[in-house]
Amino acid sequence: MRDLRIMAKDIRKIVIDMHACSGASHIGSALSIVDILTVLYFKVLNIDKVLIKKESRNRFILSKGHGASALYATLYKKGMIEDRHIRTYCRNGGLLAGHTDNFRVDGIEAATGSLGHGLPIACGMALSSKNNGWKSKIYVLLGDGECDEGSVWEAAMFASHRKLDNLTAIIDRNKLQGMGGTEEVLALEPLSDKWKSFGWAVKSINGHSLKSIESALLRTPLKKGRPSVIIANTYKGKGVSFMENRLEWHYKSPTANERQKALEELEIDK
Amino acid sequence: MRDAFINGLAAHAKKGRDIYLLTGDLGFSVFEDFRNSFPHRFINVGIAEANMMGIAAGIALSGNTAVTYSIIPFTVARCLEQIKVDVCYQNADVKIVGVGAGYAYGSLGITHHATEDISILRGFPNLRILAPCDPVETSACLDLALRDKGPCYIRLGKNREERAHKKALKAKFGGSHTLKKGKDITVLVSGYVVQRVLEASRVLSGLNIECRVISMYSIKPIDKAVILKSFSETQAIVTVEEHGIIGGLGTAAGEVLAESGLNNIVFKRLGIPDKFCEKTGDRNYLLDKAGLSVTRIKEAIVECINRKRTINEGRL
Repeated sequence: MRDLRIMAKDIRKIVIDMHACSGASHIGSALSIVDILTVLYFKVLNIDKVLIKKESRNRFILSKGHGASALYATLYKKGMIEDRHIRTYCRNGGLLAGHTDNFRVDGIEAATGSLGHGLPIACGMALSSKNNGWKSKIYVLLGDGECDEGSVWEAAMFASHRKLDNLTAIIDRNKLQGMGGTEEVLALEPLSDKWKSFGWAVKSINGHSLKSIESALLRTPLKKGRPSVIIANTYKGKGVSFMENRLEWHYKSPTANERQKALEELEIDK
Repeated sequence: MRDAFINGLAAHAKKGRDIYLLTGDLGFSVFEDFRNSFPHRFINVGIAEANMMGIAAGIALSGNTAVTYSIIPFTVARCLEQIKVDVCYQNADVKIVGVGAGYAYGSLGITHHATEDISILRGFPNLRILAPCDPVETSACLDLALRDKGPCYIRLGKNREERAHKKALKAKFGGSHTLKKGKDITVLVSGYVVQRVLEASRVLSGLNIECRVISMYSIKPIDKAVILKSFSETQAIVTVEEHGIIGGLGTAAGEVLAESGLNNIVFKRLGIPDKFCEKTGDRNYLLDKAGLSVTRIKEAIVECINRKRTINEGRL
């Protein structure tokens, strides 16, 4: 577990550097999902640069594609993305853009960036996997604001109707979206109840407790014959005190000073 | 055309192709053979086109071929972003099949008319667009689409359309089929209205006007060579399609001619005008009212012949 904590911290540092260097937006959205990605890629998915070529592999889709930097940093730590591409994130001539639309990069399973696309695609992958007799599991990480999109609920109905219990959705429940809190823009609560009524097995967890994340993900399917959804309660900007739970860090990128302060905080934090 | 598609698809699947057929709850009694033979690969997703297209992409990204089926206005407009990003951008092996081209479902009203689909879809890179004119071309287009790995849109009429071709043929992307030879004017046509064009040509033969009729079943990529060759050999081109006047076959052909550097371009697009249909009626009634009657097609051809003659006389 300590190793995992150090890994999550390292990934956060890389994310901060990526945004400070490029001036790209969405650092808050990236930091809220680092712990989830750390557990997925270092404990659950069983993916590396060799296994990524296997057709029957486990697959992960970052449906909230604007959290791209966190995924790139995680894949870098897995040795699946080169350092030079991290350094040119969102820079002229670089490979990696602000959303995970470059599906040709090993580890990016679907081109996302527009919201509401990941869950339907994940349904198609889960269905194929079952039909092909693969044991593979499909994971998809959505934003909570993303659950405003109708296509998410079309897919939710489909997944439970088709009993896709090899499918696990994770919701980054940081309670913030573009213009304000989720509950003031378009209330999602009761969110658990909504997923339950759509036929999913639901579990709510602390989205920053590596232990809770691992335990929940390793228990899926939570219920046989049903898709699973883990509602991970998180904070946008988690890990950096002045970014935590602040809407503006959806848009801003850290100045040199802010980068320094952020890295120092992470260094002190055990 | 619809039956040619479904029979062809079942045949491919029976030969071992790993094909999934998805529908948005449309196709009552149409898919029984496929459904009974491949129950795990026939997926009715319900009335949810955006989900259908995303699922199709997910299936394709898992190494299979996905074929989606719906009525054209729904399969295009309701899941346009999924077509653009999930299918086209990712070059996913998804064949988007739509029925109801133009006024095929005429009396159901404008929500079931398909008059702008080609215009919209031509804008997406990686997407090939096929618009067969009869059941024979439909089989050829389906074979072509399935031989290839990548996004393809196939625009079908409906059922029980007459054959314009006598025997089976092969199709290729960027190809066309010459249905009738002629030296006086070229008529480029796509889809069901080929019957009206052939009828108009027959009448005009009696007046000593020989039309060259070409089915441009491949709208994108389009057969540029045949457009340029036809123009240089016949000096006038009319396009006819069961699609709006904006952005379809006519516009595509016009793009080629406008940039060709050729002079004295005599060119006219016939299609559904830029207005929502105000009448109620079946396919043939609405096509007639839209200016796509045999008479109007004839008149447009004659008008172009006259323009051509004026230009030629001016040169002498």
